[in-house]
Amino acid sequence: MELIGVILGLVVKSVIFVIGMFLLAAYLTLVERKFAGHIQQRPGPLHVGFHGLLQPIADALKVITKEDLVPDFVDKLLFYMASLLAFVPAIMILAVIPFGEKITLFGYELKPYITDLNVGLILALALGSISIYGVIFAGWASNSKYPMIGGLRKAAVLIGYEVALGFALVGPIMMAGSFSLREIVEAQQGFFGAFIWYQPIAFIVFLFAILAETGRTPFDVQEAEAELVSGYNTEYSGMKFGLFPLAEWYIATFVLSAIAVILFFGGWNGPHIFGPFSSYIWFLLKLGIVFMFLLWVHWTLPRYRVDQITELAWKVMLPLTFINIFLTAFIVVIKG
Amino acid sequence: MAIMNNNGIILSTVDEVLSWGRRNSLWPVSIGLACCAIEMMHTAASRFDTDRLGIIFRGSPRQSDVLIVAGTVVNKVAPMLKLIYDQMPDPKWVISMGGCASAGGPFPTYSTLQGVDRIIPVDVYIPGCPPTPQALLWGITELQRKIKAKKEGKEMKEIPLKFPKPSMPIK
Repeated sequence: MELIGVILGLVVKSVIFVIGMFLLAAYLTLVERKFAGHIQQRPGPLHVGFHGLLQPIADALKVITKEDLVPDFVDKLLFYMASLLAFVPAIMILAVIPFGEKITLFGYELKPYITDLNVGLILALALGSISIYGVIFAGWASNSKYPMIGGLRKAAVLIGYEVALGFALVGPIMMAGSFSLREIVEAQQGFFGAFIWYQPIAFIVFLFAILAETGRTPFDVQEAEAELVSGYNTEYSGMKFGLFPLAEWYIATFVLSAIAVILFFGGWNGPHIFGPFSSYIWFLLKLGIVFMFLLWVHWTLPRYRVDQITELAWKVMLPLTFINIFLTAFIVVIKG
Repeated sequence: MAIMNNNGIILSTVDEVLSWGRRNSLWPVSIGLACCAIEMMHTAASRFDTDRLGIIFRGSPRQSDVLIVAGTVVNKVAPMLKLIYDQMPDPKWVISMGGCASAGGPFPTYSTLQGVDRIIPVDVYIPGCPPTPQALLWGITELQRKIKAKKEGKEMKEIPLKFPKPSMPIK
């Protein structure tokens, strides 16, 4: 009976997380469009609802009810699978991300995360790597030249940055002595306890890797509109297309910013000035700042060439992470 | 028409909501044929900003709703234009921008298509050579009115014209 209760609780929590993430991702599109608009000295969505507040709903209605066009020449199975394969793992990373401390509400203990695995970080990395197959399959299955080039470019970028990302995370893991995201946060107490002060190199590499993984601007070669029509999703229409930007630009960026906050900015730690919900507010505040920083980079910089990106990954980022691991190990051993 | 009853609940039909969604999220294909395309880019840029109305330019015809035929359609490019129109998923609309696209303009020659409506159905014709960004915005709002009028089974003139104020550059 207890088992059924636990399973039911987990299912309800997962449904809440998934639906919440859907709505959040929809409104993150509005945030991005407003932000991009103001960066380019224009107002962004303004006339659909109050200051564009209904814009994501209009877009979603239109995209969902658009004709679902599948070209004759595609590989049907992979074509259908690709959009799901990009979307589902991206949203599954949420399972291990803690959004705050436990709170007790009406006698129930509420945990703001689905599970607290002791290999949480590795699971997040693994799921992040699976979602890349979605992009590569989309490029392959479309059987068309621009998606193919886009998919291959994405593959080239990701092979480089997945490695750098994995090694960049070793530093914070060594300092915390755990893979569990909750325990990593608990290892960073106080303002100067945050790992950003001790792991600046790892943070910079991690930032580059987020930009590369989510296809944001200095590394957005996979859907460079000037060169490839719309990149790997050129042949997709309707909601099958909609899942790609939703997964890549919004959910993946959001989730990876959450991991950045947990690893480097002390997660939900902060002064208790917002009452009982202060841990959530601190977490979302830091998350918002990191997310906005990524948007700022996206809408400011031009893009690298493909060979420059891979060169940066293998010749600069990877050696930097090795230096960081060596230095961290040295200091950890000396300090005991 | 949406009905608001006394309990504060808005009743509407699915069709109306869909029509609202579609007319507020018209994504054009970014294809430009001649000098009208410069004005089209200008409309999308900071001063006039089509994103205010929820309009963003998409690269792929598979993800677009509107084809803005911006410029002279010569006979050589006509098959490509037709192909792009055919690649767009339904529901789709066409705006013919400028004199050349509408009726051949100043080129009554052997090489120019005398009006894009000879190959694809056109919803809105915008006069001008080239039309100013204001004129293109007028054309887009006219298309929105047309979608609304079609849904409600009315004439175009019965739908009130709500033209967005020009956007001022943010200091």
